[in-house]
Parts: sequence; structure tokens; C-alpha cells
Amino acid sequence: MTSVTAAQGGQAAEGALQRFLRATEIDTRMLGMVGALVLIWIGMDLFGVWKDVGFTLNPVIIYQNDTFLTARNLWTLLVQTTVIGVMATGMVMIIVMRNIDLSAGSMLSFVGVVTGYAQAYWLGPMLGTNHPMIWIIAVVIALGMGALLGALNGFLVAYAGIPAFIVTLGGMLVYSGSAWWVIRGETVGLEDSRFAVIGGNPPESWLGASASWALGLLACAAIIWGLIANRGQRARFNFPQRPMWAEFFLGIVGCAVTIGTVLVVNAYEWPPKVAENYANDHNIPIPPGGLGYVHGFAVPVLIALAVAITMTFIATRTRFGRYVYAIGGNPEAAELAGVNTRKITMMMFSLMGVLTAIAACIATSRLEAATNSIGQFSELYVIAAAVIGGTALAGGVGTIYGALLGALVLQSLQSGMTLLNIDSAVKDLVVGTVLVFAVWIDQTYRRRKA
Amino acid sequence: MTNTATPLVDLKEISIAFGGIKAVDRASIDLHAGEVVALLGHNGAGKSTLIKILSGAYKRDGGQILIEGQEAKIDNPRDAKAYGIETIYQTLGLADNVDAASNLFLGRELLTRWGTLDDAAMESQARKVMGRLNPNFRRFKEPVKALSGGQRQSVAIARAIHFNARILIMDEPTAALGPQETAQVGELIKQLKAEGIGIFLISHDIHDVFDLADRVSVMKNGQVVGTGPVSAMTKDEVLGMIILGKCPPGATPGPGAMQ
Repeated sequence: MTSVTAAQGGQAAEGALQRFLRATEIDTRMLGMVGALVLIWIGMDLFGVWKDVGFTLNPVIIYQNDTFLTARNLWTLLVQTTVIGVMATGMVMIIVMRNIDLSAGSMLSFVGVVTGYAQAYWLGPMLGTNHPMIWIIAVVIALGMGALLGALNGFLVAYAGIPAFIVTLGGMLVYSGSAWWVIRGETVGLEDSRFAVIGGNPPESWLGASASWALGLLACAAIIWGLIANRGQRARFNFPQRPMWAEFFLGIVGCAVTIGTVLVVNAYEWPPKVAENYANDHNIPIPPGGLGYVHGFAVPVLIALAVAITMTFIATRTRFGRYVYAIGGNPEAAELAGVNTRKITMMMFSLMGVLTAIAACIATSRLEAATNSIGQFSELYVIAAAVIGGTALAGGVGTIYGALLGALVLQSLQSGMTLLNIDSAVKDLVVGTVLVFAVWIDQTYRRRKA
Repeated sequence: MTNTATPLVDLKEISIAFGGIKAVDRASIDLHAGEVVALLGHNGAGKSTLIKILSGAYKRDGGQILIEGQEAKIDNPRDAKAYGIETIYQTLGLADNVDAASNLFLGRELLTRWGTLDDAAMESQARKVMGRLNPNFRRFKEPVKALSGGQRQSVAIARAIHFNARILIMDEPTAALGPQETAQVGELIKQLKAEGIGIFLISHDIHDVFDLADRVSVMKNGQVVGTGPVSAMTKDEVLGMIILGKCPPGATPGPGAMQ
């Protein structure tokens, strides 16, 4: 009897959940990923506490001793996710188009060392150290290189008809060899103070409390405006509307996440030493309680956000994005429908190159150095992020936000295990297992749904 | 039906070979406005290949394509569409992972004044054209993968007729359909014909062909056996053309006719 009622209760609950999902039009996969992320965060946090002070469920003790769910760690986590995240937004579309880019990590490394080399040995001596044009020229060089190298990959795939796996496998070796060839194993220190802002290390790259609030409120306004505009658009063509409560729910959740993020990044104060140096440099008297400056959003996070928004726009609102998905669904059909599939393929690889170049600027700037080991094999994490984020390797299916969530899941695992002092061999083991497990869950889910 | 006006489409001596095998060998067929020409033949007779040359999917090795008497340059599907040639393919029709409206407008998306995709306008138009073809169609939000064979076919047909085609190629349009849907397609063909559209109909079903077509061209081993008006031939004679390559007196023999 009890088991019957339990089963019925379960069904009723599922019915309510499905009604809720239909009304809000939330993707169940995304819900699952957010759930996994929350679990990882809480798990990492509790394990850290238990490792230090022994098993406890006392919230006060947990709050006083945790390391993972702290403003400092979450802020760092966001910054660390940017490199993989930026590349993952492009990798999703590459995989959606039934291609792959194994050369992204080596390309990052090659672009990184060339821009680093150019800054240290060419722009610096020519223009003078810390000239305001240095960072602009360096970024332009990086983006141009990325676009060109990506277009070369794309040309070989689209027009020479070589499989993307082979082209980019070769590219992986060629670019990593080129990176070595440029820099000969040297590590070039990057000293330009403006270029350093891209990576989020110096205080100048932190937005601070007010600007972060302004940005957060702007984002909330955009979310609400988006919901209203969508309603208007649906009304214009007499399409069915979401129920009002679902609109409110989406608006409130969206704004809550945004404001929560602002609260977190604004809770992370400057380290005392940094604050002291900054005050001395700028002749600011330090009050007895310290400066009380907080980080706010970091520039690399803003870059990654801008990339994510742009890429989502490209994927969902432009012809190019529509064609990428259509090619992934059925390349012959897309070609017969009049889509220039070769051109689109080449453009997509070039776009991936540009994103890799952006990642290269963030990575080298963050490390304050260029060396050929930077970014090597990061394509594997990028692909893993895309796949964990629900991109089907068979093509046709995948979302930008999914890939970003995937990148955040991967980075959370890695940072969390670093905080727990877990051996790096074990870290790889865990990340690899999670990747396979995530794909298995996804496959099972899709099969049951089909 | 004799017609002395300039044909809408005139394919002259078209040839194409794949790795030494002549898939189409000096095939000539023509089509007038408001006419249905059926193309018959066994699997591998070359009819689909010939028609794919017209629709731009394959590049011919030799021969000429005249559209309204002017030589046409058709190197890819985009060129063909520019001449008002639309094709409904037997299999390669749709991108499974996107919805009906996206498929309908694939390659010819409606844009907002900012140059972005106008999905709402596309869906609205898709609802109109689908309402005409298949009033029961409701699943506009789902990827076409989730649709039945008939629903998918109606999306493919909607795509072909929505853009004011002058020349319509239908490659086995009813292969995946039930009897009722097949009858609907038959009605549609008559309606389009009345609007002055020229239709090439590739079919296996000889009954369909006798119901709908004005003329029949039969292909065998890449060559045209013969072409003639349906009214001047019997079904048995047409079968004889398909199987034996024997051209009956009612038809004009082509290079593939049995001597």
C-alpha cells in the first residue's frame, strides 16, 4: 500500500514539475546542470570544513571554516573560468556543425607567445615601455592572428575537404611547434600595465562596488525588458503566452541570480597588502579600519560575459548561427536549401580562432607572462565543457549557456580539489570520470525521452 | 498536348559521369508552363541525377540548360533558386534539429530591420502556408525530427511553393505518405499546375503519373527511352518503356530506345 501511494505521489509531483517546466519553458538539461553545480559547490564546501575541523553540521562552524563558498573563492572561480569559457562558446558551434577543433589550445599558446614576444621585443623598445598604444596593437595582432589561423583551419576543412579532426590534430602540432619556435622555451614577462587589466590581476581591472551594482541593475533591467519584449512579440503574432506567474518567476530568478553575483563579488575585499600599495601609489591616506575597497566584477569576467552574450546572439538571432545549426542537423539539406556551407564552415573556424585569441590575451595577461606551455591541451577541457554542457558530438544540438555552465562545473571541480589539496593525478582522474559520467547520464536521459 | 511555344525548361543533351559510369547520358527533356511532366524509370535509371543537375545539386559534365529559351548558368542550388526552380527531395529535405519555420525559410530567412532573424514573422508566415497545406499541423515549436513522415513532407512542400516557384521538381513526393495525404498532394499538384507552374514529377507509381501528368519521359540506363503525351499511351506501353526500353508509336524515341 505504502509503496503504491509513494509511487502515485511521485507521479503527481512529476506532473507538477512538468507543468512548471512547460509553463516557464526551462530546459530540463539546464536545470540538471545547475543542480549538479550546486551539489559540487556545497559538497566541496562541506568537505573542506570536515577535513579541517572534523564532521559537523553546525552552520556557524561551517561558515567560519569554509573555503569554497567564500566571496574570494567564487570571485577567483569566475575569473578562472573565463579562458575555457570563452573558447567553449565557439567550440559548441564548431561541434554543432559536426566538426571539432583540437588545435584551440595550441593556437592559444601560439597567439599568446607571439603577442607576448611582440610586446616585449618589438612594441616595448619601439614605443617605449608602457606606451598607451602597446596593449591595443598587441590585442589587434592577437585577434588578427586568431582570425587568420582559424580561417586556415576552416579553409582546409571546407574547401580542401580534409576532415576537421585531422586538420586540427595537425594544427595542434603545428601551432604548438610554432609557439616553441617563436619563443624557444623562454618565458617572456609582460610588463604593460594596460594589457595587464585584461587578465584581472591589478586593482585597475576590478570594477569596484558602485560600478558592479550599476552593471548588475542594468542586467536586471535587460532581463525584465527581454521578458516584456518577448511578450509583445508573441502578442503581435497571436502566439500563446507564458502564464503570468511563469514570467514573474523567470524575472525574479534572473534578477536574484544577477544580484546574488553582485553581492558575492562585492563581498570580496582587496587583500590588505594590495590596498596598502595602492594607497601609497595614489597618495591616499589609509583610515584605521583599512580602505574597505572591494573587488566587484573583474575585467576578464566582463569580457567573457560580453563574449557569451555576443555568441548567444550570433547563434540564435543571425542567419550565420541558423546556418551553423542547420548544417549540423543535415549538411546536404542545408546545401540544397541554398546555404553556402563551405563559406559558413570557414567563417565558423575563423570565429573560433578569434575566440581563442581573446582567451590567449586573458591567459597571458593573467599569468603576466607568455610561454609556450600556456594553453596546451586546454582544447580538451574546452571540448569537455561543451559536452558536459549538453553539446551532442553527432552535431546539431548545443547551447552557449550550456557550455558556459559546463566550463563552470569543470572549473569548480578543479578549483575545489585544489583547495582540498587533492593530488593532481586524482584531479585528472575525477575530471575524466565526471566527463564520461555526464555524457552517460545525458545519453540515458535522451534515450528515455525519445 | 502539342506546344510550340518556347519551353519553360529545356534540358539539352545533359551528361554526367561518376567515376567512369555514365549516370546520365545525353538526356534531353523539356517542360512548359502549367504542365506536369513525369519522369519514370527503374532505380538507378538516372532520373534523380538528371533532376539534381537542374536543381543545382550536381554539376553537369556536358549539355545545356535553357530557361525560357535563355541559356542558364546553374552551378549550385542557389543559382537554381534564382531561376525560380524549387525542389522537393525524396530524402535529403530537412534539417532535423530545427523547427518547421526555420526549415521553411532556410537560406531565405526573414530579417528584422536590424538584420537579425525575425523568427516571429517567419513562424507567422509558416502558420499561414501550413494552414493551407495541412490544416491539422500544430507543432511549430518542435524540431522537425519529432514530426511524422507526412508532416515533414508538408513542410518540404510548403518550402517549395512558398517562394513563388516557376518550376517545381518533386522527387517521389508521396513516398512517405498515407493514402489521404497522397490524395492531398495530388490536389496540390493540380492547383499549382492551374497557377501556371511547370512541374517535373518523379514517381514510381504509374497510376499517380497517369492521373496527374500531361507527358511522360522514361529513362533507362542513364538515357531517355522516349517522351510522349499520356493520352497517346497505355500503362502497358509505359511499362514496356521502363522495363524493356521499347518506345511505343505514341512517343518520340530518345537515344535510349531499343532499336
